[in-house]
Amino acid sequence: MNIHEYQAKEILTEFGIKIAEGGLAYSVEEAVQRAREIEGDTWVVKAQIHSGARGKAGGIKVCKTHTEVETAAEALLGKKLVTNQTGPGGKMCARLYVEAGSKITKELYLSFLIDRSTERVIMIGSAQGGMEIEKLAETDPDAIKKIYIEPAVGLQDFQARKMAFALDLDTSIMNHAVKTIKGCYRALRDLDANTVEINPLVVTENNELIALDAKMDFDENALFRRHRIAELRDQSQIDSREVAAAESSLSYVGLDGDIGCMINGAGLAMATMDMIKLAGGEPANFLDVGGGASAERTEKAFRLVLADKRVKAMLVNIFAGINRCDWIAEGVVHAVKNIDMKVPLVVRLSGTNVKEGRRIIAESGLPIITADTLADAAEKVVQARNEATA
Amino acid sequence: MATLIDENTRIIVQGFTGRIGTFHAQEMIDYGSKVVGGVTPGKGGQKHLNLPVFNTVKEAVQEAGAEASIVFVPPAFAADSIMEAADAGIKYCVAVTDGIPTQDMMTVKNFLRRFPKKERMMLTGPNCSGTISPGRAMLGIMPGHIYIRGNVGVVGRSGTLGYEAADQMRLLGIGISTSVGIGGDPIIGSSHRDVLERLEQDPETKVALMIGEIGGPQEVEAGIFAKENMTKPLVAYIAGLTAPEGRRMGHAGAIISSAGESAAEKVATLKELGVTICSTPAMMGKTVAEVLAKI
Repeated sequence: MNIHEYQAKEILTEFGIKIAEGGLAYSVEEAVQRAREIEGDTWVVKAQIHSGARGKAGGIKVCKTHTEVETAAEALLGKKLVTNQTGPGGKMCARLYVEAGSKITKELYLSFLIDRSTERVIMIGSAQGGMEIEKLAETDPDAIKKIYIEPAVGLQDFQARKMAFALDLDTSIMNHAVKTIKGCYRALRDLDANTVEINPLVVTENNELIALDAKMDFDENALFRRHRIAELRDQSQIDSREVAAAESSLSYVGLDGDIGCMINGAGLAMATMDMIKLAGGEPANFLDVGGGASAERTEKAFRLVLADKRVKAMLVNIFAGINRCDWIAEGVVHAVKNIDMKVPLVVRLSGTNVKEGRRIIAESGLPIITADTLADAAEKVVQARNEATA
Repeated sequence: MATLIDENTRIIVQGFTGRIGTFHAQEMIDYGSKVVGGVTPGKGGQKHLNLPVFNTVKEAVQEAGAEASIVFVPPAFAADSIMEAADAGIKYCVAVTDGIPTQDMMTVKNFLRRFPKKERMMLTGPNCSGTISPGRAMLGIMPGHIYIRGNVGVVGRSGTLGYEAADQMRLLGIGISTSVGIGGDPIIGSSHRDVLERLEQDPETKVALMIGEIGGPQEVEAGIFAKENMTKPLVAYIAGLTAPEGRRMGHAGAIISSAGESAAEKVATLKELGVTICSTPAMMGKTVAEVLAKI
């Protein structure tokens, strides 16, 4: 689960990381008020959306006067911001963070994340901050320092110092650097974060080390024990279809094509999407009904898939293990009868109680196209889509 | 005997008396697995499904001779149950539970590493469908009837995609020696490579099929292992050719976060390593059949 920059900064402050003075604004007036409260002659107005690369997309504006703050706030609030990470739809900016401008002498990179191959927390740093770390990894991999952290004992001071030296920091701020580095690690461990990223971490003219940006991503599986973090979720930043699915404990992934998919199991879903693509189609979404899907649950899932108006044809592909094909079939039949379906439907059932499931579909008398195999299902749904849009 | 489990393997169910534990324990018993009891702390001494309930795994090992366990304990307590099994001397544990926090799994893995390799419990999962040796024993939640006994070893992250593979093979008359679901989480007990190592040692397995997906380095690591250490041919399919970067595709582990993790990149690397690639997920059965025909 992602959170906003201002939320991440608030959390990191509690772990001893310094930030520039700033405040949150929901309106243009509030933004100007925040700027008035902050001393100095430069303010930075930052769009709070769940995405990196906001600067390049015009989401971060440096202002020299309160009028400029007003103009910047007007330009950002209530607008969708498209970055190279949001997808073409962009993300709505409903909150601004107004911050004191910093006089920067050095931009650094610092992050902590869980490394899947070593199953440890890895600390990554570079004296060349500000740019995307993925690009730096391609152009100048030697400029990146990686330190693995032994889970049983945690991050040690010597490792933090090693990183601070790799960041080319002056000894005069070494103590605070160690505190900052250890603070980020503790935040990750104590709050079940997957990632803590500070890019850039900067040294100011006053020789202070501050987090100019901050990004934190949390383990969804651990939110049951991190209530405070769970409350930071901003639904407006998540695909509304995914939010609706999550409310019914279904998993939904929105994509850009026009074939709606209801499948059980993430692996089968990915494989089905591959088959659709190979057959010449593009999936609009995939909805995983999971295990033990009752007829009611199936119907709910069905409605969610069709709620996407771009869907021109729909595929149900179920390989029942814990699920039962007869329950799924009942749910499908019930849904088709209740929903005014305007798009063709292809159903492929396999596994537990398959005969019963296929019989229910056949005897329903509904215009459902049935398929026996994965390949057959994908071809039929793409064909149905082509006929429907011809 | 088959690798990992067979009809004589003495199995206990952790989270035995819960709704899900009860249902699947009965399914496993019906399949022919030797379930010797279960563990639910506080309910020791009771009978459930006509089998003894123990308070601790240690008691189940001492009194019922448990060798393998399957975990249906809720996510908040599952890591603890896995470690209890390892401590009690269980040899093989399948964790079915979905939703265990990543850092809990880091703790589990760290705990397991403290045992010398010979005494270390093998863990598969969490968030997996389990392991089956068709016709002998099932330690999992799969539909047993779609598997027939044979000599193809299968390892995959996904449950339902594993069923799809088993079904395609069954329709072609191809059977399975052992099929292992390793789970879809970012940190899991055993990797593709770990299971391939077991399949390589298993005399009944002639060909191995690996069903991978986007995200993480494991499929490529398995390919390198196969090239360097395996005498048996390896067939692979990687799901997620159409997956966009940075999006979680259902499985928590299925997210392309760095170079080399996309399906296309994994396929290219595996081909270089000499692995036979299934061009589509509908070709898993046929590709295995072709490879089997050559040996």
